[in-house]
Amino acid sequence: MKKAENELSIVLDARSVNEGFARYAVSAFASQLDPTLEELADIRTVVSEAVTNAVVHAYKEGGGKIYINVKYYENKTLRIQIRDKGCGIADIKQALEPFYTGAPGTERGGMGFTIMSNFTDKLTVRSTIGKGTTVTMDKRIKCHF
Amino acid sequence: MQNAKFTSEYSEGILIIKLFGDIDHHSAKPLREGIDSEIYLYRAATVMLDLSNIDFMDSSGLGLILGRYTRIQELGGTLVITDPSESVERILELAGTKKLITVKHTERSKI
Repeated sequence: MKKAENELSIVLDARSVNEGFARYAVSAFASQLDPTLEELADIRTVVSEAVTNAVVHAYKEGGGKIYINVKYYENKTLRIQIRDKGCGIADIKQALEPFYTGAPGTERGGMGFTIMSNFTDKLTVRSTIGKGTTVTMDKRIKCHF
Repeated sequence: MQNAKFTSEYSEGILIIKLFGDIDHHSAKPLREGIDSEIYLYRAATVMLDLSNIDFMDSSGLGLILGRYTRIQELGGTLVITDPSESVERILELAGTKKLITVKHTERSKI
């Protein structure tokens, strides 16, 4: 991909109270691409899912840092990257399956990655046990004019 | 961004729980505890979850709804969801929730 036109980086404490801030900060940045309300809702949802995963699964609600980087490119593609330095995912393929949850008995429905995949154009998950996880999502904002 | 809260109203076997704000992992826990108290207090034949004032919901909201569905079923009741926004409804559809729970759009929401 070509050089980004614009970029946002945020470092957040991995606390559930920051989930709302993260999704609204990213959607405010993305609003520069003139997305529809539906596209903005998609962006808020996928950010919320990835940040929640970091809080709940990566750091087991014990704190840490979440690194959010968002870029957009000339072709109106938004690249959202959410990284943690938590426990890592042992089996990414299994984690991506619908209804699989790494926190059974907690009413976590196991739909986070399914939603991320469905609401974006491309989802990539990289993870190393003991080092952390990086979730990268590309979302193409359609031209509405 | 608005902290989630709810109000409840009971009449003739119907418990209406009206939710407001954003439902995410942060807000789901207090909502879950509060709504469960109402469910066990009234043991209503029908529980209506009014989502017309929900601005945002992610998969934590889905977990909240499916968890309440299970509780209400255990008590012999029925859960009905009313007036979800388009984005909330997409999440319900993606998880197949609409196969389990009736989703209604009331006349009020069409105005």
